[in-house]
Amino acid sequence: MSHPDPGFVSMSFDSDTQRKIVSHQRTWSPYVDNGGTVLALAGRDYAIVAADTRLSVGFSIPSRNFTKIVQLTDQAVLASAGMGADRQYLHKILRSRLEIYRYQHQKEMSLGAIAQLLSNTLYSRRFFPIYAFNVLGGIDANTGEGFVFGYDAIGSFEKVKVVCSGSGQTLVQPVLDQQLAGRQKYDVPDDQRMASLSLAEAIELTRDVFNSAAERDILTGDALELYAVTASGVRCERFELRRD
Amino acid sequence: MYAPLEFLDRTFSLCSGSDICPSSDGDNTAAPMDLSLGRVRVPRGASIAPRLRDVLRDEQNSSLVKFLHGTTTLAFVFRDGIIVAVDSRASMGQYIGSGTVKKIIEINPYLLGTMAGGAADCSFWERYLGMRCRLHELQHRERISVAAASKLLANIVYEYKGMGLSMGTMIAGWDKTGPQLFYVDSDGVRLRGTRFSVGSGSTFAYGVLDQFYRWDMDAAEAAELGRRAIFHATHRDAYSGGYINVYHVKADGWVNLSHDDSGITKYAEYMGFRAQTAPTTASTVDTGAASTDTMIIES
Repeated sequence: MSHPDPGFVSMSFDSDTQRKIVSHQRTWSPYVDNGGTVLALAGRDYAIVAADTRLSVGFSIPSRNFTKIVQLTDQAVLASAGMGADRQYLHKILRSRLEIYRYQHQKEMSLGAIAQLLSNTLYSRRFFPIYAFNVLGGIDANTGEGFVFGYDAIGSFEKVKVVCSGSGQTLVQPVLDQQLAGRQKYDVPDDQRMASLSLAEAIELTRDVFNSAAERDILTGDALELYAVTASGVRCERFELRRD
Repeated sequence: MYAPLEFLDRTFSLCSGSDICPSSDGDNTAAPMDLSLGRVRVPRGASIAPRLRDVLRDEQNSSLVKFLHGTTTLAFVFRDGIIVAVDSRASMGQYIGSGTVKKIIEINPYLLGTMAGGAADCSFWERYLGMRCRLHELQHRERISVAAASKLLANIVYEYKGMGLSMGTMIAGWDKTGPQLFYVDSDGVRLRGTRFSVGSGSTFAYGVLDQFYRWDMDAAEAAELGRRAIFHATHRDAYSGGYINVYHVKADGWVNLSHDDSGITKYAEYMGFRAQTAPTTASTVDTGAASTDTMIIES
């Protein structure tokens, strides 16, 4: 009897065992969603990159203090939702690429170049994607203006002013759109809304949306890590969220 | 002369050597994987690569790894050049991943590409195409023809045929033979033509486009036709929406003509609805339909 999958033809198991293997392998997946919410927000002279610190596997919580954020340079910070393992791998290779760039060019890679590097890195795994949904935030080294970039898993990216990814995306992003990007409000142009938001106000808003997400999303909670990027450097703050 | 990008080399496999994983497992279309960093040993006869490909295909259909999809794009040749018009919505399943995608890709100052299908596939390969076109200029001391540029792209994606690339793109430009328009997709199809629409909303766009198209339109008329065709697609296709972007390809390169919100301003203009642009606060509300916060029917 030949099995439809050529991979099983040469196996010398009885049909019952073979069926078990088949059903087992059909359900196997290289990916696990470890949950969590990441956010990036750009102001006139700052950028905020924030994420919760919960790591979930299904309904269990193996860690309440697992960072999703990596500081790449003094101007760029990256946060990734999705699978914890792929995130650690991605952060590791990006940091090493940036270190090589520092030695070769004797300077930091610019925010725009980092954005393209991340895209190319993700697309290099187009046929076995890195299961990470990235938000990259930072400031332009020359102008000091804040920018953020949102990505899909295989490197499609867009320069935006505010973006959220991960398990709380559908809860948080519409609120940010309404509050900041001026969706459904035609009275104030988009860029003016963002420009008028101070860093302190932006941090307050970020804390609010994460507290809200933690209230309704079981995969988001425990603590909020918040990186504020300004011309004077990167500052990391930590706030408690619901721990249940 | 130009090898495919090194990191997309398809020769990587999950096997560490022929002794434990015969390559003659009857499936040579295994998904390419860069696992050269750490080799994975697998049992004899059980080839993981084709299984992984199946798993990844299932993953894309389930909710874990979804890529941006859904679009309406169109382009047509007319008397004064080519109009390219697109929407800006990117969906991940039911979720609108972005409402502000730039689906017209500026390959160089006289070549445009459009984005339908996988956003990453289109933007990555059309960026790569831009590099190849620049190399052509440096080698041959003249701009690449649109036919050649589109064939470069078609040949690239044909290399990856059957591996899950998803792109339906139009390459529009003006070369020494005049305005040229090509359709290229990830199946490897490449067609020269004068009128194309691609994406989930393309049938709606074609309806408007075919009805009102004339060759001797002026640029303003043609741009308006493009806008209307995209608008009606965003109206009937849930996967299309956002902003309507219109470009005009002319003899001396392309120009960006317009950027309009299809859900609010253009909806008001085309559908006989009126958008209330001033903020409505409680104190200024007067009675009657005119005070509604959003759009009202013009009676």
